[in-house]
Amino acid sequence: MNEKNKEPFFHVVKRDALPWYQSIGIRIAAIVLALILCAIITTITTGINPIQVYQSIFIGAFGTTRKTWITLQNVSILLLISLALTPAFKMKFWNIGGEGQVLIGGLAAAACMICLDDKLPNVLVMVCMVIASLAAGIVWALIPAFFKAKWNTNETLSTLMMNYIATQLVAFFTIVWEVPKGSGKIGIINQDSNIGWLPQIFGSKYLLSILVAVIITVFMYIYLNYSKQGYEISVVGESENTAKYVGIKVGKVIIRTMMLSGAICGLVGLLLVGSINHTVTTTIAGGQGFTAVLVSWMSKFNPLTMVLSSFLIIFMDRGASEISTTFGLNHSYSDILTGIILFFIIGCEFFISYKLQFRKKAEKEEQ
Amino acid sequence: MKKKVLSLLAVMALTVSALAGCGSSAADTTEAETTTEATAEAETETETEAAGETETAAATEGLKAGFIFLHDENSTYDLNFLNAAKAACEKLGVECVIKTNIPEGQECYEAACELADAGCNFIFADSFGHEDYMIEAAKEYPDVQFSHATGTKAHTENLANFHNAFASIYDGRYLAGIVAGMKLNEMIDNGEITADQAKMGYVGAYTYAEVISGYTSFFLGARSVCPTVTMEVTFTGSWYDETAEKEGANKLIEDGCVLISQHADSMGAPTACETAGVPNVSYNGSTASACPNTFLVSSRINWEPYFEYALNCVAAGTAIDTDWCGSLETGSVELTDLGSAVAEGTQEAIDAAKADLIAGNVHVFDISTFTVEGAALESFEADVDTDADYTPDHEVVIDGYFHESGEEFRSAPYFNVQIDGITLLDTAF
Repeated sequence: MNEKNKEPFFHVVKRDALPWYQSIGIRIAAIVLALILCAIITTITTGINPIQVYQSIFIGAFGTTRKTWITLQNVSILLLISLALTPAFKMKFWNIGGEGQVLIGGLAAAACMICLDDKLPNVLVMVCMVIASLAAGIVWALIPAFFKAKWNTNETLSTLMMNYIATQLVAFFTIVWEVPKGSGKIGIINQDSNIGWLPQIFGSKYLLSILVAVIITVFMYIYLNYSKQGYEISVVGESENTAKYVGIKVGKVIIRTMMLSGAICGLVGLLLVGSINHTVTTTIAGGQGFTAVLVSWMSKFNPLTMVLSSFLIIFMDRGASEISTTFGLNHSYSDILTGIILFFIIGCEFFISYKLQFRKKAEKEEQ
Repeated sequence: MKKKVLSLLAVMALTVSALAGCGSSAADTTEAETTTEATAEAETETETEAAGETETAAATEGLKAGFIFLHDENSTYDLNFLNAAKAACEKLGVECVIKTNIPEGQECYEAACELADAGCNFIFADSFGHEDYMIEAAKEYPDVQFSHATGTKAHTENLANFHNAFASIYDGRYLAGIVAGMKLNEMIDNGEITADQAKMGYVGAYTYAEVISGYTSFFLGARSVCPTVTMEVTFTGSWYDETAEKEGANKLIEDGCVLISQHADSMGAPTACETAGVPNVSYNGSTASACPNTFLVSSRINWEPYFEYALNCVAAGTAIDTDWCGSLETGSVELTDLGSAVAEGTQEAIDAAKADLIAGNVHVFDISTFTVEGAALESFEADVDTDADYTPDHEVVIDGYFHESGEEFRSAPYFNVQIDGITLLDTAF
């Protein structure tokens, strides 16, 4: 009897792999629960009808054609950064330098726009921008990768530090290129001549980033799942010793994969500067280099799932700010709601991998 | 049963703490992108007095005004705009849509376009970096009027629906400087400091003309009553950085500054002064409630007259001035109520100085009151038409004084001369 009493109320037991419909069911349940909790909190703290709140979330993301385009464009950018980080994560290389790689890519593009505008024809300026951004992103990723491959330095620290260097470089060049003097702002580059502004596809400002995101998503899915290099990445991620044993040059894989990561981040920088903002600021990446880490992990490194995860984050983000418009709530309120929803989504992964076995049930099973 | 509950709680606590890290960091990173918008329902009540007043007031009803602000009400700068926008819209019966926390990037263009899509007739942005994006939006919506505070480009952009607005805030700074000078005199008379120790400190954002014009007029105001005053200026490299502003103020205080003023938008410098017991001249609005012992006075631009003017123009279908510069007379430049710490006779002194400024007997940047590298500034070409090479293009010293914004050239300040008596501690920004 005594032993029985000491037995805890429930055990945490690892689950067998769930069928896909069950795991999706758990995730949907988590989102529904999160929405219910958000509704309760909203009603208690503000007295606003939760149904109206959810309506305006949807309006915020898809209320007008323009809103829909902006939502899709924002999803593309977050998705692209997540895709860029994923191959590195898959080989257990903790690349948290996405922010810096994006920034430095953007800075390179801006430099081309500012310095070459009266020296080269527009098309060549764009070619230079593409090359410079990709190269800058690659260099920014290559430095930590090289040190990791050569001397096994801690890449978490080095990629993180590279972020700060990139931010400070952008801050420095902001002062160099500021207009007017002393204002600390570059402003829109080549606003009248539009030199170095990436072309609008089918007359839409927003389409370019979206198309690039679609192409890179498909590419990354195939690359990770069906290419030899993608396989090498998984093997290095699973076990470096196994990789060495089967003759994979681990250092080479690390460097090659990080170059790919950096190139895609540089590409995002190019899109942010050349196609979207037409300027560069220290906050142009807006922390998405870090949000992308979350997206990549939440999606278990599956590019197709990443589309959904980044969509969810951007949808909530844009919806939540609409709530604040309509109901006059403070900025922080949308952060609270997004926080609750992310909490549930991340939390539900626990229940997908594990289950709680309660004492009575366990007894029954034993019998 | 107790144990059951306890173990359940323990597991819950573990799960929560393990996951909380992820949740909160995610919320932080998305913070930069999220924009929050606030709507103030304009009260469309037909006030009996308004109905009788004029036809224009009645015509503004049914208009919709959109406002784009860089931060929210926690920034003194944006709060000043926010209050004016709400007050003006309420008075004129205009529907008011406010978007706060809009960064100085493409988000500003998107916000302006969303406001135009939503049917706004008049769209206003408050931060310097918004200007280029407002111009882009103005090109796309020629039927909507766009106004931008502190901008420099409207007079060269040749867009009929894009306008700049500012106010001769250097007049207000000059008056606030007189309050500071009187306080210094009081401290000298009380024997707290000697006349040579009358050193003021100033926390600025950037080495930008608006800031330089601001601290120079403040200094000239102080020196007009306290001739031995000197000043040290430090820059934070940000319009809103509470920590940097607080550190900047503390650095100045340690450096021997006995009075602090600032041109940056957080409560950093005023709270540092309150902690250290150093008198503070504030900006954008009274900080008396947070700093009751050290607050002297604050100069601010009251944007209500401009909003009313612009909205009335929209209603009447007349053109808004390309460059509108408010003044003491239009009620755009104001001093707040004086704090309890000011010297005796301050109110009388500023009333007299204000009358002189309005009458034109005194000019803030009178070249007989300051020198540049030991010589009088007989001639100065300012960069009035903004370009990437900062080309000087207009002679602005006319009739014995520097014609700062509002005189004729443009609404945003362009005084960026380094005058004697002011030491810049750092010019990195």
